[in-house]
Amino acid sequence: METAQFWGYRRPDGRVGVRNHVLILPTIVCATQAAKQVTELVHGTVSFIHQHGCAQVGADYEQTFRTYVGMGTNPNVYGVVVMGLGCETHQGRSVAQEIAKSGKPVELVSIQNHGGTLGAIAEAARIAAQMVQDASALVREPFDVSELIVGTECGGSDACSGLSANPAVGYVSDMIVDRGGTAILAETTELIGAEHLLANRAVDDRVAKKVYEVIEAMEKRAIAMGVDIRTGNPSPGNRKGGLTTLEEKSLGAAAKAGTRPLQELIHYAERPTKKGLVWMDTPGHDIEQLTGMVAGGAQIVLFTSGRGTPTGSPIAPVIKIATNTSMFERMRENMDINAGTIIEGKESLESVGRRIFDELLLTASGKLTKSEILKQHDFGIWRIGPTF
Amino acid sequence: MSSYRFVILNQKDNVATALDDIPAGSIVKVTRQDREYDMTIKQNIEFGHKFAIVSIKKGEDILKYGEVIGVASSDIAEGEHVHVHNVEGKRGRGDKEHGDRSILGV
Repeated sequence: METAQFWGYRRPDGRVGVRNHVLILPTIVCATQAAKQVTELVHGTVSFIHQHGCAQVGADYEQTFRTYVGMGTNPNVYGVVVMGLGCETHQGRSVAQEIAKSGKPVELVSIQNHGGTLGAIAEAARIAAQMVQDASALVREPFDVSELIVGTECGGSDACSGLSANPAVGYVSDMIVDRGGTAILAETTELIGAEHLLANRAVDDRVAKKVYEVIEAMEKRAIAMGVDIRTGNPSPGNRKGGLTTLEEKSLGAAAKAGTRPLQELIHYAERPTKKGLVWMDTPGHDIEQLTGMVAGGAQIVLFTSGRGTPTGSPIAPVIKIATNTSMFERMRENMDINAGTIIEGKESLESVGRRIFDELLLTASGKLTKSEILKQHDFGIWRIGPTF
Repeated sequence: MSSYRFVILNQKDNVATALDDIPAGSIVKVTRQDREYDMTIKQNIEFGHKFAIVSIKKGEDILKYGEVIGVASSDIAEGEHVHVHNVEGKRGRGDKEHGDRSILGV
């Protein structure tokens, strides 16, 4: 097997991080503003705004809970300050207890227990300041690429996506898999019409059957709405870029999956149990997909775009790859790599793939992506039930 | 003969994707299934958009990547722009569930 290395941080549970963040994790919408204030006060901390964590039940409760825990246990996070309100359904205490099983430092601060917003901010900031200093004493060590879980994603696609950036990412997906690592394919919606190609690559009949099951479930949700899925996907920007139907978009999106066997199909925000190519069942919504993969343990994400997008994660570097040169030139501040050279006939798909792989190792070792520099801390959970 | 670039991704395909903005009236040389022929582009085709490389009847599948990407909702002539105005998706069609599904072949 070929090898490649990067410089990362070993965590107590054995996993390897490519960043060393202290995460201020609000488990309820009511604590998000306080959590954001902590990040203003303490260097080296990150957080995110969201609207979840209360009046949720059943599988929807579980999925949100799993996402919070997954964000906290992601190896890019050194330690976590969980911030709750106190009376919510997603109790900060349960989330903190689950994250603590990973062996990393976790503390809980709740607004009702600390005399309100200002007391909670002060307490969380005190804890976070110490965590940040402890985190800064860690030194990066060399690790094999087989330690990486790399998420793949496309957003704001155009007709070039399936011709340049997506097949180039597919080439990188194969490189990661061949070196013992894990590549996540996701966005089930955008595989409708391409499922037979992936089912044919499933390692066994059980995985192939699950491919058809998740596709059918996603398609049924659209049908239950009584509308053409095309009213929402492909989006107006996709259509302007030349994509006519969801099936056309899907066939281009599937190119990100390279050519290696499909090892397993996992739920949203679940951690892969296999190395190799893994499919996570997520919607096509960019931020919900990104959040699911990062909560599932992806330390780094390859994101292709034709129309251009600022997307980033609070805890995982997102390397954004332009499908065409004119958008890359227009949105240089958001895009990390240009794959448009393939369309112009100036560079081969393999050559762009190798460039992306080199950038992946460099980024894993500490080079900042455009979305990190611009503090694009996107977070969104795929909600699968109503709020009560 | 124009030098505008386009790509036919699979020999089964009945559409090509423009890699330049191709103005109406341009004559392009198409090679498909061992047949080489000249064709006039009927409308302006923007970069990334598709045009028919053979005539396609209403109800016929549209093929790109050698796979079905939808179905023609009207007759499409060789060299015509192929997009949302003359192609429908076959998947995720909640709107067709209680209406006319004949065009979808179901």
